[in-house]
Amino acid sequence: MSVLPDSYTQYSKRREGYDHDLYAWSNMHARPSITWPEGSVAVWLCVSLEWFPITPGGPFTAPGHMVTPYPDYRHYTARDYGNRVGAWRFLDAFEKAGVKASFAANAAIAERYPELVAAVSAGGHEIIAHSTDMNGTIDSTLDPAAERALIAEAMERIERASGVRPTGWLSIARQQSFATLDILKEQGLTYCCDWVNDELPYRFTNGLVNLPLNHELSDRQIITVQQKSADSWAQSMRDAFDWLAREAKESGGGRMLPIHLTPYIMGLPYRIGALECLLADLAGREEAWFARGDRIVAVWEAQT
Amino acid sequence: MREGAPDPGLYDYHPYNARPKITWPGGKSVAVWVAPNLEYYEIDPPAHPKRKPWARPHPDVVGYGHRDHSNRLSHWRMADVMTRHGFPGSVSLSVALCQHHPEVVADADARGWEFFSHGIYNTRYAYEMSEAQERAIIEDSIRTVREATGQTIRGWLAPALTHTPRTLDLIAEYGLDYTCDLYHDDQVQEVKMATKEGGGRLASIPYSLEVNDHYGFFVYNMSGREYAETLIRQFERLAAEGERSGTVMCIPLHAYLIGQAHRIGPFEEALRHIAADGRAWIATAGEIVDAWREQVG
Repeated sequence: MSVLPDSYTQYSKRREGYDHDLYAWSNMHARPSITWPEGSVAVWLCVSLEWFPITPGGPFTAPGHMVTPYPDYRHYTARDYGNRVGAWRFLDAFEKAGVKASFAANAAIAERYPELVAAVSAGGHEIIAHSTDMNGTIDSTLDPAAERALIAEAMERIERASGVRPTGWLSIARQQSFATLDILKEQGLTYCCDWVNDELPYRFTNGLVNLPLNHELSDRQIITVQQKSADSWAQSMRDAFDWLAREAKESGGGRMLPIHLTPYIMGLPYRIGALECLLADLAGREEAWFARGDRIVAVWEAQT
Repeated sequence: MREGAPDPGLYDYHPYNARPKITWPGGKSVAVWVAPNLEYYEIDPPAHPKRKPWARPHPDVVGYGHRDHSNRLSHWRMADVMTRHGFPGSVSLSVALCQHHPEVVADADARGWEFFSHGIYNTRYAYEMSEAQERAIIEDSIRTVREATGQTIRGWLAPALTHTPRTLDLIAEYGLDYTCDLYHDDQVQEVKMATKEGGGRLASIPYSLEVNDHYGFFVYNMSGREYAETLIRQFERLAAEGERSGTVMCIPLHAYLIGQAHRIGPFEEALRHIAADGRAWIATAGEIVDAWREQVG
C-alpha cells in the first residue's frame, strides 16, 4: 500500500506551454533581433541599496540579514557600511567610467539617507523600487491584501522621500507570490527584475515587462555564496561579456549583461579596484552599451 | 537489490588493477559521453512526504526561473557548442518536456541525440511509490519518448535521483539496459539483478556526480574556468588509465548552469581540448554500453 495518493502520478498541467499562465514560452534565439542605440551588448549595472533593521522580520529572512542573537551589531553595521561608504565608491567609479546605472533602493534608504539618493539622481542614475526595507520580503505565505499594502507603501514612501516614482521593481531575493505580478501592474510599474529565466526583456501575460537580473552573475552569488575573489568575479564578467559579444555578432541580435552589485560586498576597499578595472575595460569596448534598466526596457518596447 | 540488507547487493567487487581489457572502437582509451539533463520542474508540484520540491513557498521564483532558462535559451547555447565540437548528447529527459516544450526535444532529436528517461518531472519523486505507480512512470516514459522521437529508451536516471528498492529490476524487466544511478566505478559494470523469469540484464554506465556541472558550481563552488580545468584533468587521467582497460568519462550537464554566458566559453575550450586529444571515443551512452557488452558477453 503506497503512502502516495494516486494523484501523485497524475499530471493535470501536462500540456503544451508552461504549467502556469504568468508568461508565454519563447526561444530567445528565435525571436526578432533587438538593436541597441549603440554597441551590441547592453551592460546593465544594478546596485541594491539595502537597510536591514536589527530586528529581522517578514515572511522570510532576507539574504544578508542578521545572524547572531540580538543585538547583532556585527551584521547591522557591516551592512550599513555599504550605504555609508561603499555606495559612494560606486558613484565615483560610475562617474569615472562615464556610465549610468540603476539603484534598487529600499524605501527606508530614501528616507534615512536622502543625501545618497539625491546623489544617485544627480548622477543621472535610475531609482528602482526595492520594497520597504529588508524585512519587506514577499512570498505566498503573505496574505494578498498585506502584500498589496506592502508594495503600495514602498512605492508611496520612495516617491515621497526621493521625489521620483520608480517604473521598475526588484523584490527582495527576487521572490514573489502568485499575486505579485498583478499587484505591480496595479501600482503602475512598467517592469520588474525578478525572473532570471531569460537574458532579454520579455512581457508577462498581464503586460508587465521582465528585465532579467541574472542572480548567477551577482557579487552576492559569486563572492558571498561561492566565496570567489573579486578578481575571479571580474574574470567571469569578462568571460560573459566576450561570449555575449560573440553571440551578438554571429546572430545579429543585441544581447544584455546584467551586473548586480551590492555596496557592502563589492564596495570594500580591497574589492572596489576590481570593479573599477572591469568598468574601464568594458567602457572601452565598442560592443558595450551601458544603460539604465528603464532605458533598456524603453528601447526594447519600441522594437516589439 | 536486496531490500533491507546492509549491502544492497548491487554489484560484485572487482579490483581496479585486475580488470579484463576493454578496448574502445578505433583503439581509443576513454569513452566520453555528454549527458545534458533536459528537465521540466513544476512551478507548484504536489507535496511529497520525503522531499520538499522547492526551498521557498511556491512559486520559488529564482529556483523555477533558473531552470526555465534552459528551455528558453541556454539549451541552444549549450547544444551548439556540443555540436560544433562533435559531441552528441545522451539526454536525461524529464519526459513531460515532450508536452511542455516540444521544441527543445525536437532540437535534441534533430541533432541525432539519444534519449533516456529522467522520470516524468524532476519535481515528482519515486520514493514511496507503489509498484503500480513505478510501472506507470516507466511505461509513460517509454511511450512518451517513442511518440515524440521514435526512439525506444534504453536507460534510466531516476527523477531527481529518487529510487525505490525495485527500480533497477523493474527497468530491466521493461527492456532498458543501462542505469546512470550508480557511482561506484570509472568503467561500465554489470548490475546484479533479481533472478526471475523475464528479468533482463542491466549495465551501470559511469555518469558522474563529481564532475556534474551542478556539483561543480553549487557544491564545489567553482568558477567556469575552474570547472573547465576540472574536466580536462578528469579526461587526462581517465585517458591515461584507459590504455590498460577502457574507461568512461561522462560530462553531465544542465543548460541553465553550463549555458550561462560566463561559463560556456571556458566549457567550449574543454570540449575543444578533449576532441583534439585523439584518445577519446566520443559516443552516446547506448553505443558505449553496446561496445562493452560485446566484449564482456
